[in-house]
Amino acid sequence: MSSALEPAQDLAPEEPRFAALRRLFSRERPATLVASAVVLVFVVVALAAPWLAPHDPLAQSYLRINTYPSAEHWLGTDQFGRDVFSRLLYGARNSLIFGLVSPAIAAVVGTTLGVAAGYFGGVIDRTVSRLIDTLLAFPELLLAIMVSAVLGGGFWNVVMVIAVAFVPGFARVARSATLAVKQEPYIEAAVAVGLGTMKTIWRHVLPNISAPVVVLATLWVASAIRLEASLSFLGLGTQPPNPSWGNIIRDGLGNIFGSPWPIIGAGFAITVVVLAFNILGDAMRDLLDPEIQ
Amino acid sequence: MREPLIRVENIGKTFDAPGRLLRGNSAGGVRAVDGVSLAVDRAETVAVVGESGCGKSTLGRLILRLIEPSEGRVVFEGRDLAALSAREMREVRRQAQMVFQDPFGSLSPRRTVAQIVAEPLEVFGIVRGRRAMRDRVAEILTQVGLPAAAMDRFPRSFSGGQRQRIGIARAIAAGPSFVVADEPVSALDVSVQAQIVNLLQDLQAAHGFSYLFIAHDLAVVRHIADRVVVMYLGRVVEIGPKQQVYRAPHHPYTQALLSAVPQPDPDAPRQRIVLAGDVPSPSRIPSGCSFRTRCPLAQEVCARERPPLRAVKPGHAAACHFAEPSPLSAAPPSSSP
Amino acid sequence: MMPEPLLAVRDLVVDFGKPGAPLRAVDGVGFEVEAGGAVGLVGESGSGKSVTALSILRLIGAPGRIAGGEIRLQGEDLLALPAAQMPEIRGRDIAMIFQEPMSSLNPLMTIGDQVGEALLLHQDLDRAARRARVVELLGLVGIPDPASRLGAYPHQFSGGMRQRVMIAMALACHPKLLIADEPTTALDVTIQAQVLELMKRIRDTTGAAILLISHDLGVIAEMCERVVVLYAGRVVEDGEVRAIFHRAAHPYTRGLLQSIPRLDDDRHRLSQIPGSVPLPGRVKAGCPFLGRCGLRIARCAEQMPPLVEIADRHRAACWVTAGARG
Repeated sequence: MSSALEPAQDLAPEEPRFAALRRLFSRERPATLVASAVVLVFVVVALAAPWLAPHDPLAQSYLRINTYPSAEHWLGTDQFGRDVFSRLLYGARNSLIFGLVSPAIAAVVGTTLGVAAGYFGGVIDRTVSRLIDTLLAFPELLLAIMVSAVLGGGFWNVVMVIAVAFVPGFARVARSATLAVKQEPYIEAAVAVGLGTMKTIWRHVLPNISAPVVVLATLWVASAIRLEASLSFLGLGTQPPNPSWGNIIRDGLGNIFGSPWPIIGAGFAITVVVLAFNILGDAMRDLLDPEIQ
Repeated sequence: MREPLIRVENIGKTFDAPGRLLRGNSAGGVRAVDGVSLAVDRAETVAVVGESGCGKSTLGRLILRLIEPSEGRVVFEGRDLAALSAREMREVRRQAQMVFQDPFGSLSPRRTVAQIVAEPLEVFGIVRGRRAMRDRVAEILTQVGLPAAAMDRFPRSFSGGQRQRIGIARAIAAGPSFVVADEPVSALDVSVQAQIVNLLQDLQAAHGFSYLFIAHDLAVVRHIADRVVVMYLGRVVEIGPKQQVYRAPHHPYTQALLSAVPQPDPDAPRQRIVLAGDVPSPSRIPSGCSFRTRCPLAQEVCARERPPLRAVKPGHAAACHFAEPSPLSAAPPSSSP
Repeated sequence: MMPEPLLAVRDLVVDFGKPGAPLRAVDGVGFEVEAGGAVGLVGESGSGKSVTALSILRLIGAPGRIAGGEIRLQGEDLLALPAAQMPEIRGRDIAMIFQEPMSSLNPLMTIGDQVGEALLLHQDLDRAARRARVVELLGLVGIPDPASRLGAYPHQFSGGMRQRVMIAMALACHPKLLIADEPTTALDVTIQAQVLELMKRIRDTTGAAILLISHDLGVIAEMCERVVVLYAGRVVEDGEVRAIFHRAAHPYTRGLLQSIPRLDDDRHRLSQIPGSVPLPGRVKAGCPFLGRCGLRIARCAEQMPPLVEIADRHRAACWVTAGARG
């Protein structure tokens, strides 16, 4: 008779490492593959803008105002004679920074609030939830416009404005995910083992709510890029002469019937990058479930 | 008399009714556990049986202080848990561990087996240093019948039975003296249940800890328990040594429960007592004896008076007005006022 | 010549997964249910018992598909019928009772409407007659005061009551075969006893055959005349209920019977089957029980033993105990 103390257990074959990552980029998901390529190009362009750009994005030339695309100026020039293509490349840099920094700040703040509300409940939950509700009552763009109208349009102000606009979203997602995770027996198991509250949250709650938060962050990279462009277009975001996709469109608006190329170029860049991040976010949502991996 | 490892005295828990606006019809909330007293000796297995909603899982959690009791007290090694300092309570936490029902839900999907099993060792500072920790975890895994190679895997690559072994490893890691096992085999395949039941018994023989074994499967309980506690709607209706409770159940509910279990034998005699109706909601517990709405013996007195637990033999008690003599051997008394 | 069975399943093969790399959930399962008979399909998780049951009604959804075999209902092969004809069979000839009485009922429909739905689909009754029949059905399954409960919603019923409603729905059109997939697994013991009594009574009064799927050998012993034991998608043993419980031939069946704790006996130590149930698709050539079997011989690894008759209407698939020759 075999004893229960004897290791008679064969284990299932181990999954190859990074299986989820491989699946993310498998041939069965061509859209994800293209989206990832777009994001990669976007990041490379943003980082290498100084080397890639054929001209100084700030150099004005009154000899070439509002020109059409040419071999030298691929997207023509704007009303100050600046090379639109170079401004587009430098604008990518701007978008990348806004796109990453604002959601990151929002994710940290929002997740902290949401986890606290979901895990502790009671007064903390009621306070955080009312705050979320209040902030959510304002459309993101409106909230951003209001705050930047008060604070002005400097770089950090815009970052903070966008972050504040995104905090309630993260807090809400983190709160509902925490409420679900808190019901899981492994949380009770951690408490039963004797783990303290903060360690329980750090080790058992956070890793298990990370999936929806990461997905949201990815999707909101796209929103942040879009929001920054909108603010810059309205003159509240990146201040001229620094290039941003939003203010390239704004600058191009005056001459839309002369040369539509600045608007087409920047509009195309925004659309493609935002779409790519959205597709990537959806793919991550599908793949981040630990039970499916 | 010798002090038992754990003594539970008159413990009770009332959960607030959710949603204050809708409270009108069940003003008192839900009475999950009501005046339960029991004791668990060293190296003893006490089984708590009953159907869903009888409060058996809540009772286990009250004893471990995972839920704060509304009243009553838990005395662990002679010390009242409510009076302990935070430091003393930590030591009790180390001594009293738990095995959960759901082998899938009770292991965090994002932590490796080594991390899961090492957690209590780390929390209580029992083992320090990475090397020593891995050696200790490997040793514990071997004890529960898992290869040390399982250490770096995630729970998802294990079967239900293997996951339950991991859960048991976590519970025994800190060297407890008392383990609450909440339906530890009910989610497992039949052919795997026996492995886990045997493992729990082998570990008890090796380490000498006590079990509070919570279950609804009376056949499993018959195998593992020394003493049995039968609960119905938050109250103990019968308590006694296993042999006596199974051979001569005194409470009509225990009798019905035992007769309802389908026997894996096509020729088994079937004299089944089929109880009418459902278990009443714990937010509307009947007056007097809570079992009277389904009891084949119910009389007027049952609605009026709540029967106390009365000894029918030394160490064996039942909470029924007609518990003496055994209600099946004698006709129900007709002389009720 | 034997009379035609009510239901005959032959060589059923059901695959999951991608066509290139199928995971075989059911592999050559065959059994028969006679009119008015009661057959138990016993198996653990991954044995393919629920997949088999769903296949009979062709309810296997993607990525699963029936890859072979035949399912004959009174001689007619259901797998050869156009898919559009299956709804006529479901509910009318074969009805199904599911495990989970909570999620199998639509929470937004009244009990009366849900029981009446099958009647609406399969029988030509006017409103009043339909209502009368629903009341009759609910009374039949032991719902107290059925006429007043027609407008109730599932959440107002307990688990046992919901399972009774499920049975009433299944009985609505006088089916010839009731497939009950773990009908009492989610219920408490005393409620299980009520539902089992009800199913016995229904079988006696309506004459419907029952195909009972369960992992609980106690339930099977009590309810069935014949038993089919499934392991890893294959039939390893079948026979009359007494033959299976008293003279089991396959090591898996024997091990299973010995490993379950009994109410009338408390030998201190349970005998146990080592290892765990294999995952579908991991079974290679040879006997699926190989890795957990104490009796294995060299041949077991090479060839799947065929199901051979070892006694009258008792078959087992084992090279060692059933003396299979191939």
